[in-house]
Amino acid sequence: MSISLILEMSTSGHPDRAAVTSDGATLTYREFADSVARAGSALQESGARHVVFLGGSGTDQAALLFASAYAGIPFSPVNYRLGKAQLTELVDRIDGALVLVDPRYREAVSAVRAVVTGTDEFMAAVCARTAEPLPPADVDPDAPAIFLFTSGTTSAPKGVVLRHSHLLSYVTGTVEFGSATESDAALISVPPYHVAGTGTVLTNFYAGRRMIYLPDFEPRRWLDLARAEGATSAMVVPTMLERIVRALPPGADAEVPTLKTLSYGGSRMPRPTLEAALAAFPKVGFVNAYGLTETSSTIALLGPEDHRAAMESADPGVRARLASIGRPVPGIEAEIRDPAGEPVPAGEQGELWVRGDQVSGEYMGAASVLDDAGWFPTRDLAYQDADGYLFVVGRNDDTIIRGGENIAPAEIEDVLVAHPQVDSVAVVGVPDDHWGQAIVAVVVAEGGADLDQDELRGYVRTKLRGSRTPDRIVFRPELPTTATGKILRKDIVAGIAATAGNGGEPC
Amino acid sequence: MLKTGARLRSQVCETEVVVVRAGDAETALHCGGHPMVDLTASPSEQRALDPRFASGSALGKRYTDEAHTVEVLVTHAGEGSLALGDVALERKGANPLPSSD
Repeated sequence: MSISLILEMSTSGHPDRAAVTSDGATLTYREFADSVARAGSALQESGARHVVFLGGSGTDQAALLFASAYAGIPFSPVNYRLGKAQLTELVDRIDGALVLVDPRYREAVSAVRAVVTGTDEFMAAVCARTAEPLPPADVDPDAPAIFLFTSGTTSAPKGVVLRHSHLLSYVTGTVEFGSATESDAALISVPPYHVAGTGTVLTNFYAGRRMIYLPDFEPRRWLDLARAEGATSAMVVPTMLERIVRALPPGADAEVPTLKTLSYGGSRMPRPTLEAALAAFPKVGFVNAYGLTETSSTIALLGPEDHRAAMESADPGVRARLASIGRPVPGIEAEIRDPAGEPVPAGEQGELWVRGDQVSGEYMGAASVLDDAGWFPTRDLAYQDADGYLFVVGRNDDTIIRGGENIAPAEIEDVLVAHPQVDSVAVVGVPDDHWGQAIVAVVVAEGGADLDQDELRGYVRTKLRGSRTPDRIVFRPELPTTATGKILRKDIVAGIAATAGNGGEPC
Repeated sequence: MLKTGARLRSQVCETEVVVVRAGDAETALHCGGHPMVDLTASPSEQRALDPRFASGSALGKRYTDEAHTVEVLVTHAGEGSLALGDVALERKGANPLPSSD
């Protein structure tokens, strides 16, 4: 049993319903499944033991995900933003790979050991194939379905192994089969190498919801496509949502009348962006989805009713839930533990641990990081309120220890980003002889405004106590981020250290 | 004995299921009035759909017994209805989450 079951069920349930739209062309479930059977047969005949996909999102990516399962081999979508050296190192770690590449990225894999074929050539051959499809491979549910490389914001990218059983547990545990209507359509702008890029294919196929692909995100095109295709749901990362809101005239309604839900996740949502988005999409239900690559996507969510209740409540505890990741999805248990591994009471911070059938916690070439009872350490610092709502404070690794006091950068970032002249901010710890670590806030000013470091420090001081006021504030034209909006803190720290070493910028 | 993750088929209709929760039920899972068999096994030919178990199984729905010891997910619909021995299973209601990815 494999993720192929999802496609088989959809094809038997509603064969003639529209399944996926990409580049203006739409395939039904039956047409898509035919293409998967042909591609899967071609993969079996190729002798490949692993498919590596380097390209943008779209019908080909979705078809190759299912075709790999049809052939009984794992699928690895890799990041087209990585450099040639890093891609070569990464692909060379995979045995028996067939690399399928979009023509525009061909040069980036010209040095790999594996066989490289253009996705366009491969799919053209699949289309022209006249031979009867081979029967699908018999797949062990515990066989690897996909390998995904983490973004590596704190270390080198790690290959996360997700088995068919993990993905099937996620999909059947969180989605009701065939629950979408024929007019429902999800607008997809997450890249294929992100866990949500695979999650969205599986969950939308299981729900029977048409997918509309927007491979290269651009806010005006996102709005145009949402209106033209009548999108009813969409998933965005916070930086995309910010760009969408900024593309609208100030205070204007986004005017996507068909849109019912908008989910966001992938990194922390700045409060001003969320409030602007709630105003621009007044009739849309917002969903905050929290998940990791290692957990087969979403493990907790804050739904539309939670957002509404938080917005309308006079109770500060309920209002605060706008910053919550919500509650665990069915089949997931969550626990907040102290450094000794003991669960902490509600309201106290600790590391978030999770357990469930969709949780892998396994990396290529390494032992599982699950503990004896199957719990996975997320490395996220979090707390839970009395009603079970979870709040992520930041990455455990990002915690600043200044004078023996543990400080979560997010607490200071939330204050600074609310300043009207601050566009975005990252707070990091840098080595300091006196404090061990000093707090440095790296600020991008709104519209290039001329901001004064002392005035900003004074502003933080009115909201937080002295030990949490940044020791220094530096200004930058932009922050280094991954394509999905995760801030590259290690690059920021390195940048500050380099500047200090040169005796450059006084701060 | 049922096993979580096992795939079974009806001997008298098109119904196929995957076992989501196996519990410790000693009673065999039935469909259309006859024991279900492994998906890869060949059904015996002489059997006929029992009219007492002919209200059908619905694709993508979950079925469970009253004590919730057993739960199956229908992966292919058929004319027979599901039962644990001769006690009919009940269809579980939907509990949909908003779409998140």
